[in-house]
Amino acid sequence: MIELKYFAALRDQLNCDGEQLTLEDVSTVAELRELLAERGGVWAQQLLDGRNLAAVNQQMATADTAVNDGDEVAFFPPVTGG
Amino acid sequence: MIKVQTDDFDIGTEYQKLRDRDCGAVVTFSGCVRQENDLQALHLEHYPGMTECALEDIVIQAKQRWPLGAVTVIHRIGRIDAGEQIVFVGVASGHRSEAFAAGEFIMDFLKTRAPFWKKEIREDGERWVEAKDSDNQKVKRWD
Repeated sequence: MIELKYFAALRDQLNCDGEQLTLEDVSTVAELRELLAERGGVWAQQLLDGRNLAAVNQQMATADTAVNDGDEVAFFPPVTGG
Repeated sequence: MIKVQTDDFDIGTEYQKLRDRDCGAVVTFSGCVRQENDLQALHLEHYPGMTECALEDIVIQAKQRWPLGAVTVIHRIGRIDAGEQIVFVGVASGHRSEAFAAGEFIMDFLKTRAPFWKKEIREDGERWVEAKDSDNQKVKRWD
């Protein structure tokens, strides 16, 4: 089971702030994006959009970053603080 | 010191906390919400936990680059009305050039690496702010 979180504009577009997911055949961030994109519609559009960033266990992640059971994975738009 | 808070901050108080007998220079930066046309406020969202870690990491990197004394980063979250303060960065150092450079370094990385998101609240509705490419260009100067 992994804990998924979505933030800011992405959360609004997905109409979802988070969920728990049991992983099968997913071992990287890129594979997780593809799994979520299979839901189609706005999920496919947003999760395959390279502008949206990912973090695994609260550290910025890349497509190749490993995702393991028990991890916290977040997706969010480019940051705009300061 | 890193703080992510809803409350406003007092620059004078924060400046005094940065004073140190070994540091001849203290540089402080504060960012405010611009008062433009019909902008009423910003709403600042963040990723609790990751935000604090990201800011800590930026300060550690600054301290590896320059000999610094105390460093303070304060970022507000929640609703911040037009004209109010939003962010504070203060750096103490032996000499001014390191303090100025570290302050810019911290702000450049904060704007492109720390998970905060701004939403504009205007008379006609709310809109998420898009990231600026110019901020990504600025951070590259530290490569």
